[in-house]
Amino acid sequence: MCRLSALVSAEYISPMEPILALETMKEGHDGSGLGLIMRDLGGEFESLKEYPVLSAITTHDGYHTLQDYMVDKGFRVKHRWEPRLKVTPGMKIQKRDKYLVNLYEYPESYEEATSEEKAALLTRTRLELRALGEADKSITVFSFWPDVVTLKEVGDPLEVGEFFGLDKNPVTAKTVFAQGRQNTNYAINLYACHPFFIQGYFTMTNGENTAFIPIREYLGSRGVEGYVGYNSDSEVFAHILHYTRKKLGYPLSYYKDVITPLKGEEMQRRPDAAILELMKRSLRMLTIDGPNCVIGCDIDGTVFMTQDAKKLRPGVVGGVNGRVGFMSEVCGLSEAVPGRDTSNDVFPMKYDLVMVRPGAKEIEVWNQLNGSMSTISLG
Amino acid sequence: MESAERLDVNHQLGLSDLPYVIQWNDAACTRCGRCTSVCPVQAIEPGVYERRVVESTGATPLPTTVRRVGSCIKQVVDINRRCIGCATCRQVCPNDAIVPVFNPRNKFAWHMNQGGEPYKRGGRRNDTDASVLDQLKFTRISMLTDPALDAGRHEFRVRTYLGRNLPPEKLPIKVEDGLLLPDGMPFIPPVREIFPIRIGGMSVGALSPHMWEGLAMGIAYLNEVENIPVIMCTGEGGMPPRLLKSPFLKYFILQIASGYFGWDEIVHAIPEMQCDPAGIEIKYGQGAKPGDGGLLMASKVLKHIAKIRGVPEFVDLASPPTHQTKYSIEEAVAKMVTAMSMAWDFRVPVYPKISGTRTALAVLNNLARNPFAAALGIDGEDGGTGAAYNVSLDKMGHPIASNLRECYLNLVKIGAQNELPLFAAGGVGKHGNLAANAAALIMLGASGVDCGKYIMQAAAGCLGDEHNRCNICNTGKCPKGITTQDPRIFRRLDPDKVAQRVVDVFVAADKELKKIFAPMGRSTELPIGMSDGLSVSDAAVAKRLEINYAC
Repeated sequence: MCRLSALVSAEYISPMEPILALETMKEGHDGSGLGLIMRDLGGEFESLKEYPVLSAITTHDGYHTLQDYMVDKGFRVKHRWEPRLKVTPGMKIQKRDKYLVNLYEYPESYEEATSEEKAALLTRTRLELRALGEADKSITVFSFWPDVVTLKEVGDPLEVGEFFGLDKNPVTAKTVFAQGRQNTNYAINLYACHPFFIQGYFTMTNGENTAFIPIREYLGSRGVEGYVGYNSDSEVFAHILHYTRKKLGYPLSYYKDVITPLKGEEMQRRPDAAILELMKRSLRMLTIDGPNCVIGCDIDGTVFMTQDAKKLRPGVVGGVNGRVGFMSEVCGLSEAVPGRDTSNDVFPMKYDLVMVRPGAKEIEVWNQLNGSMSTISLG
Repeated sequence: MESAERLDVNHQLGLSDLPYVIQWNDAACTRCGRCTSVCPVQAIEPGVYERRVVESTGATPLPTTVRRVGSCIKQVVDINRRCIGCATCRQVCPNDAIVPVFNPRNKFAWHMNQGGEPYKRGGRRNDTDASVLDQLKFTRISMLTDPALDAGRHEFRVRTYLGRNLPPEKLPIKVEDGLLLPDGMPFIPPVREIFPIRIGGMSVGALSPHMWEGLAMGIAYLNEVENIPVIMCTGEGGMPPRLLKSPFLKYFILQIASGYFGWDEIVHAIPEMQCDPAGIEIKYGQGAKPGDGGLLMASKVLKHIAKIRGVPEFVDLASPPTHQTKYSIEEAVAKMVTAMSMAWDFRVPVYPKISGTRTALAVLNNLARNPFAAALGIDGEDGGTGAAYNVSLDKMGHPIASNLRECYLNLVKIGAQNELPLFAAGGVGKHGNLAANAAALIMLGASGVDCGKYIMQAAAGCLGDEHNRCNICNTGKCPKGITTQDPRIFRRLDPDKVAQRVVDVFVAADKELKKIFAPMGRSTELPIGMSDGLSVSDAAVAKRLEINYAC
């Protein structure tokens, strides 16, 4: 089973912090990979938040293909960040040719474009780059979005963090998602590594999605650009989030109602019961059966954790004012946020959606059964 | 000594030509006459024999030849009175002195068209091979990373929807203060939440009053006591007026077919209905006899049937192959679905049922564009019937598995797999595996399945099988009293016992479905289209159905 570690902070933090939390949960992952997404970037990225960041890995040939493609499409490089790779003796990570974190200026023709048009361009570009490098594995592209950097590599998370030089030269951010993989797919594919990203929404998941095929087919049939890939059965959680929020326009709490709808008699407690019944029918194919613990990030930076309706996977949320962790295990949380009041820790149960907004001042627990919100102030 | 000419019987059939041969035990038989009185086809009759016996009697016995006359049970060598293998004789025999035995080398197929009339029968396709449905196995078993569920103690929701589910993009919803609220009053298609196994259309008329009553009682009990919302289709021919105006109507799908039998009575009863029916099924085709309309032989049209159907007594009731008021199925779908919906003010799901066919996709695409069509029923070649030409039963039609699968995958392509539910029928439970066949079809993409023959066999002991046993549903002489209108026969069938068995069947199927879904980790929703759960050891089938090959 994978281990998950996410931190929301009022200050910019190093991604090594959630990675070190992962290290404490090492019994749970086999070191077969690390996935990192950093959002709300600091340091050299702080003044460049409006420029989309392309996060990719390429071969030498793939690098030229990518460069040519981006030039051809009118993207101009605004800034580059390169990890200061550190290969130490005994390290098992196989270094690849190029790790790209490039910030681009939009093509000139997009100067007056709406945010929707820009979003569509970025997604299309990401998908086309992916397609260009898929056959010969020359390009692997993870995200292309403003203020977001993704890093993924096969290996022990701590080693991967040090390999990228994040201990000395980190990409700082206020929200960091880190996943330590427990490989269940045998052939290790970087596209199968969480977190998964689409147009500002991202998730990472613990568990196994038994309803994967019908969900994948349903998402694939919605006619939404970007609902492709699915090298992992967990990728659908990111796309369901995107579909719920962006395509359907539902408030975030309804993500819970989409993936784990209430029973008919339970709905009656909610003021929106009539809608819930309709949603349950219409979104039947997106119902999950678990076991899954999902940690996700909404477009506005709200980070949440929720569970499937019956099997559940380990997950805890807790912290102090300005710093909250979303972890698979308490030991990870204690590593990431020592000295917190543990009586404020929340272990989401089947009806809960636990949310923390940017700034991490409080923990909100939305109860699906009652449709009510309770707030834990972190002082 | 008879002349050689008189032994010339070349033009006659012999017992060895018949499909079933009676084995009668002279020593055990008491000559009570029960067997001959119950035989539905008079294939056996009391007879006398003359036997040459050698006897030795007296004080100084000398073997003497004598001729004695005795009584016996004789099998009739007449193809029109051939033994059908029903074994009712054996059932009533106090001494097990008689039994019909299947004759695999029979020549029945070559002689069943006497008088130029092709062979007609009831039942279903006489094919004893394992069906594709029975070859499918559930191989995605949850292990380690996803522990299996406990079928006995876990909470399962084994329900499906009959009715059109609006695509989420079209739901009339607005956001206010973080809540989703209704936006206006647009048309929301009616949807019924039901158990995914239904009883398919079998008409009043085809079935005896006791059989129909038993089914109806079982359905009502399942819904009201067992909380298993099983629904049943009436078949073509209306339904008893008392039931039409009862609160139990909601458990029935009213079928309208090309003969419109019973619909005058149904339409006139609408103002007095206490509730809406579960749905309206427009029958365009039947898997057992594609291209043929329904057929109720004159011998079954007794007074009570004539009244329900609104026809004279003792006339053949042959429905046309298609709905005569329409040029095409497209038009029929558009007009009939709308018209039937209007009759109940758009509160009742209305959907067509077709025979399995290579052209099913054309029908499906039409339905996908029709906002009032509530589902599509597809009836495969292994479906049953009360009366059809043997050639239709055995050779016409399309297997359900691939037909259903290609329809589902087409719906996936156009994003309507949840919008338009597919109901699959035709051979569900053919070899006794009701829940397994149903689960396999669901994982191939069906929202639910229909069964008919299985219910007749399980609930009332229907004798028919794929060795052409019995299969005389069309004649009105059903030995079990299931498909007859003759009160002397149907009084043998106890409706209470039928109802009890209907309940047994569905309670057991509910448990078996859970035993299938639990190890696969599924319990919250029906695993519709969960094709990764299925495997088959035939590579060609695996390729066609787009499922896993396992051996």
